[in-house]
This record gives sequence, C-alpha cells and structure tokens, in this order.
Amino acid sequence: MKTALEILRERFGDAIRKDLKGLAKQSHILVTKNEIVEITIFLVQNLRMRFLFLSGSDTRKENGAFTLHYIFSYAQQDEFLVVETRIEEKDPSFLSLSPFLPQANWQEREIQDLLGLIPKGHPDPRRLVLHEDWPEGLFPLRKDFKFQAKIPRQKGEYAFERVEGEGIFEIPVGPVHAGIIEPGHFRFSAAGESILKLEIRHFYTHKGTEKSGEGRSPAHLLCLAERISGDNSLAHVVACAQALETLAQIDVPPRAQFLRVVFLELERLHNHMSDIAGISLDVGFSFGASQLMRVKETLLRLNEQVAGTRLLRSAVPLGGVRADISEARKQWLMEQIKKIKEDFEKTIQILWQVDSLMDRIETTGILKKEIAETLGAVGPAARASGIDRDLRRDHPYGAYKDLFFMIPVFSDGDVESRMKVKVQEIYQSFKLIYDALRAMPQGSLRGEIKPLIPSQSALGYVESPRGECFHWISTDGHGKISRWKVQSPSFANWPLIEYAVLENIVPDFPLINKSLNLSYSGNDR
Amino acid sequence: MFRILKKNIAVGKATLPPAFVNASAPEGSLGAPEIDFLKCTGCGKCVAACPTSALTAEDREAEGKRLLHLSYGNCIFCGLCAPACPHQAISFKGKFDLAAKTKKELVRKLSFSLSGCRKDAAFVTSSALPVKKMAEEAPGFAQGDFADRIPMREIGSKLKEKIKRLFGRSLHIREVDAGSCNGCEVEIVNLSNPVYDAERFGIHFVASPRHADMLLVTGPVTRQMELALVKTYAAAPSPKLVVACGSCAVSGGIFEGNYATVGGVDRVVPVDIYIPGCPPRPEAIFQGIFLALDKFRAK
Repeated sequence: MKTALEILRERFGDAIRKDLKGLAKQSHILVTKNEIVEITIFLVQNLRMRFLFLSGSDTRKENGAFTLHYIFSYAQQDEFLVVETRIEEKDPSFLSLSPFLPQANWQEREIQDLLGLIPKGHPDPRRLVLHEDWPEGLFPLRKDFKFQAKIPRQKGEYAFERVEGEGIFEIPVGPVHAGIIEPGHFRFSAAGESILKLEIRHFYTHKGTEKSGEGRSPAHLLCLAERISGDNSLAHVVACAQALETLAQIDVPPRAQFLRVVFLELERLHNHMSDIAGISLDVGFSFGASQLMRVKETLLRLNEQVAGTRLLRSAVPLGGVRADISEARKQWLMEQIKKIKEDFEKTIQILWQVDSLMDRIETTGILKKEIAETLGAVGPAARASGIDRDLRRDHPYGAYKDLFFMIPVFSDGDVESRMKVKVQEIYQSFKLIYDALRAMPQGSLRGEIKPLIPSQSALGYVESPRGECFHWISTDGHGKISRWKVQSPSFANWPLIEYAVLENIVPDFPLINKSLNLSYSGNDR
Repeated sequence: MFRILKKNIAVGKATLPPAFVNASAPEGSLGAPEIDFLKCTGCGKCVAACPTSALTAEDREAEGKRLLHLSYGNCIFCGLCAPACPHQAISFKGKFDLAAKTKKELVRKLSFSLSGCRKDAAFVTSSALPVKKMAEEAPGFAQGDFADRIPMREIGSKLKEKIKRLFGRSLHIREVDAGSCNGCEVEIVNLSNPVYDAERFGIHFVASPRHADMLLVTGPVTRQMELALVKTYAAAPSPKLVVACGSCAVSGGIFEGNYATVGGVDRVVPVDIYIPGCPPRPEAIFQGIFLALDKFRAK
C-alpha cells in the first residue's frame, strides 16, 4: 500500500518541495504557497484526512519568511500530516481555505490579526482576536513585537452583520453577563422570541498567553498552560507536556502515564457534573442542580486530596506526575469513586423522569450533523450530533491504548443528546479511573529530563472534557521555545452556537450555551 | 416527587457548619508556600525557579544586604519553588487564609547579610536572577486608560462605618470576570453550592451591577475588558466595595506585564480587599468577603 506521502508526490510532483524530518507520529512536507488550497482539497476529499488547525509563526530570522503549518489528522493510520508553507514578507498573503473549508475561518483571521498575513479570498476579513481599538500595523506574534509593549488605543467600531425587516430587533448581551460566567458578547437579531441570527463577538479575555510562552522554560510554559482554561487545566497541561516531552525525547514512565489517565478522567468528571447541574439549573429544576453541585464539590475535594489542588493544578510536571497515589490511597479512591457513582446514578435517574426538564431539552438547540462536520466540531458537541470522534481512540496517547472504554455517540444533536453524551461519558470515566488504578504498574513517577531539540516542532494532544485540545510547540536554533500554538476545543466549537440557536427562542439560549459549555478564556487565550 | 424526597432525605445535610471559614485545608492540599526562616540562607535558587514576581531578591551592595521578598499577591501557588530549594526551607501545607486590605500585608520580607549568603554553595548572584519588580514597590490604585470615567469623589472617602451598618446583614455581589482563566469562576460558583451555601450568610450574587453592594473581580484585567470593568464599576451604586479575587486580579499573576493585560484590578478601579490564590479556595473567598465587612480578622 502506498503511503499518503507517495500519493501526494505522484499527484502534485514539484509543488511538494521536500519532506522534513518529523517527530513521533508526525510527517512534515514543505509545499509552495500557491498549491496549498489544492493540496488541502485533495487531502480532505481523496485521502479522507481531517484538517485540525493552522499555526503561523514568524521565522524570518531562521529562513527569511513567515511559516504556516497546516495540521491534518490521518486517523486510519494514527498519523498526523503537517503541511508547511513559507510566506515572504514582501508579499504577506496566502490563499484562504475558508471558502472550501469553513472551519478555517477563525484560524485564518487569527493569523491575520496576530501575524499580519492576509488570507486572500476570505469571505469575512474583519478583526477577530484584537478588537478595533488596537492600532493598525502592530502584530503581537511577530518577533519584533515586544511582549511587554504598552499599546495606545485608537478609535474603531466593530461592524455587526445586520438583519433588517419589519419587527426585527437586536438584543445585545455581554461582555458582562448576568450569571457567574466569563465575558463575551452576543448579538441576537430576533423577531418576537425567535432567534433569526446570532453573532458572537469574543476575545475579551485575550491575555496574549501564546506570546508569553515564547522563550520561557518548559516549567514556566506548563504554568501558563494550566491557566489557559481553569476548569480544563489538566487537559491543557498534559497536552503541553506531551508536546514538550516529544520535543525533548523524554520517556514518561508507565506508572505516570496511568496516573495521568486517572487525573484526566477526574477532570472530565467534575466538568461534566457541573455541565449537567448547569442544564438543570437553567431549566429551573434546582433539585438536580444542587445534588450535582454537591457531587462536584465532593470530586473537587477528592482532587485536592490526591493531587494537592482542587482543579488538579501542579499535578503534572514535565516527564511524569508530581505525587504518587499510595496503595492505601488507591483503595480509598476506588471506594470513593464507587460511592460517587451510586450517588450520581440515583440523581440522574430522577432527572430523566422529570417532565419540566425533558420538555425544555428535547429538540432544543439542534446542531445538524452536516453543520457540525463542516465547522469542524469536536468533543461531546460533535458526538451528540452523530460524529464519532475522540482522540483517546483515534490517536491514543499515554495509557489510553492499554485501557478499554466506549465512546458514546448520539445523533439528534439537541441539548438532550449533549446531556446524554455527558452522562454516558461520566460512566465511562468512572470505569476508566477504576481500571487505570487497578492496572497501574509499579515504577518511577518521572522520566529523565533532557533539553529540547533545536529547530523542531511537536504536537501534544488530549481529549479534554470539551473535546480535542492541541498544543503545537516549535523550538529555535538554540532549543528555546519560539512558538506555542494552542488549539483549544472552544476555539473550534464556538462558531457552532450561531447555528445551534437558530429558530430557537431567546430564553432557551442560556440552556443551549450551557449544553455546549465552551470556555471563553480557552478560546481567547 | 417521592423519589426526589427520598434522595434528599438520604443525602441529609451537606452544608458545612459556619465555622468552616476557619477550618484548615484537607490533608494533601498544597496551598501557599511558607518559608522556614531558620533554614533559609537567601541563596536565591527559589527566585530563579519562580515563574512570577512572587519571589524576588535585591542585593544592596553598599549596605552588604540581600533582601528576599515573598509576595502572596503575585504567587500562583504552582509549587516550583519547593523542589528548587537546596535546604528544604519552603513547604506547602495547605495555607490559604491570606486575604488582606493592602498589598503590603501580602508581602513576607527577609533580610540577609550578603557575605553570609555568598558562603552558601547554592548562592545565585543577582545578575543571574530574572529581573522582576519587587512586590513592595507595587502601587495601589493607579489610573488606567479610562480613569476619566470613574466617579473619583468616591475614592478614599470614609465609608467604612457606613458600609458596616448598611451591609451588615445582607450583601449583594456582582461578579465581574475581567479576563480570568475561569478557575476563579469555578470556585465562586461553588460558594453557592449546598456545601458552602453562601445565601445563609446573606450573600447573594446578583445579575446586574446596579443591584450590587460589592464587585467581586477576577482576572488580570485584559486590555479588552478594561472599559467593561470601568463601566460596571460606574454602574454600581455607592457606597460600594471592590474585592480582587485571585492572584491575577491582585497583581496580574502569571500574565503580568503582557501586552494584552493591564496587570491587576487596582490599575483600573480602587480595590478594598485582595484575595490571593490560584484560584483561592471557597474558604479564602469567604474570608475576603467577611474581611471587607470587618466581620473577619485575618490571623
């Protein structure tokens, strides 16, 4: 059987300039910039690869041009293909993929804002990450931009897309919301109660995290990764650590791999508990909310006792895990998990029989499979719309390849389906924690720490509670971190909500939002 | 209906008794770093390992002194300093009761004789240490880009007694996320869960700043949230209290000095109480809120 690379070379010949050495499961090719759209179409349509994300970096010092990395998943062979292309400074533009692949929309606009490279033919070239009061011609991810720079403000106004007609009005919501949630702006165009259009305007929490990571030590980078999205701290830090471990060729000992699985699933548990509690609260059924928030509190306390912190921060350093779980602790943890499972099960069985809850969640916020597919949906949101996609199985990492678990998929795409997916995932997480604790071998907790390989790039990935989370790290000629790209599941999933709310009523928006449960900070970074 | 009742009865009372605010953290909890002054030699290894400006060292050659500062307001509780210390002088034992009315109270100072420090084999010269701003120099309220939109006459007026009288029984809080990672939000939401049950203390989270007595602000204040925070502050009726919740809100935390952040709530609006933590555990947030009302005295 021919490899993907051979097929590509046959088809495109000279456009593929060379293969670059890739680490771990990555193959890299360098292509000329004008062929990128054709190659992507071929990869997606003929080879059934999946476009994951786009990362741009300023490599003018190393090779005199900007570099774009298009990362594709080749799940059939558990491989990643990295298509690299160079953009000269004198012609800072590249062909936009968005008309063909709408999921590239935000990816390309992010590059336009942060790196100053223009996607030619992009259907919506407005600002995205940096708001209108950011001056023209300043691009934070360029190397000549100092990260401590204090930037003056300029005047500017974001132009919302307008829906016009008799009786149509706009409802602006945010950035400061009514509940205790993160900031973001939602602009509804409604006729009566029915939503005709929703436009989201985010990036209020943009903290320049990726730029902050440049030139830092791996330990510092992991601290930053933990603070990308608080409730998904561990998923981000494990993804970041995996990328660094690939870059430094560090072997993580098997015991640490299993402990990481235990922690990752504990994180999924408290996230999903809180989501289901939130759905219950948003329909006004306080029994479910208070019971599940209580269970969540039990889980957070459990986290603190096994890992030292309630949100599992500081649990995972480079090369392994910080603290061990002793034999006695292990037995105790298994008992606790069993108790929590029984507690959860009783509550959830009541929830499924409450009409006031079910009436609100059935057929609410339907996300069609075609739309989810086109926009590159990930995580529980994708799995509730019939897309069978989970990194733990498609690209197994850590100890997941040694563990057996099911991936729940439902096809209705409504709030109920998303809740069902999360409930089933909670059961799978209980099982995974139990199995991982039992199968955990003896051994050391941290591998030998080595320096990062210079002039290389590596991918780290974790199926976080919200979906696929990728960290892409490049080093410069001295083995320092020169670019850190974080593709959080929220960045992939936020555009979905604009479609999920259509033809629903405005009061159902909080419910739909909660069922997707996206992170603003993870999105804005 | 009966199943709901049955479940509620089976669970019983989940709420902690009010004394929980003073209870210690569970065993295994990391919490904030504590320096054993008897063991510390002032070598500076921890300063090199600290990813924020929580640990800083300054050499005063003329006086022959080295000053070592630990600022809880900048600390992200990451734990990197403990393994870096060659003398096991730094420990993490679940300390969290840190809320204070000024940033100065959050700083622990140590002074060493420089020649004594140099004798330690682990000594790191100040030129080899990362350049950081000493916590003591961190200003309190500083005017930001939108200072002209803040009603200034309210700042510094003697509202304390009035506040105590007005909010003694019930307190309405508007939470404002000014760019946090949502870690603080997770803990603030937990204040209202059945275990902590904030409502029993008369603490109620409201949907609008116009109903609020207190703004509980999280995050380092991003450039893009600065105006929203100022508008929210201006919309809250006087007298009002501002609590900076979490190390980002106190000092900018790990995001300090970045192009996209302002670096702490008091660079934008005046702050009454600082609660360090990353994120602060619910007990610590309660302590900060009670301290704002003079109902709680920090140890």
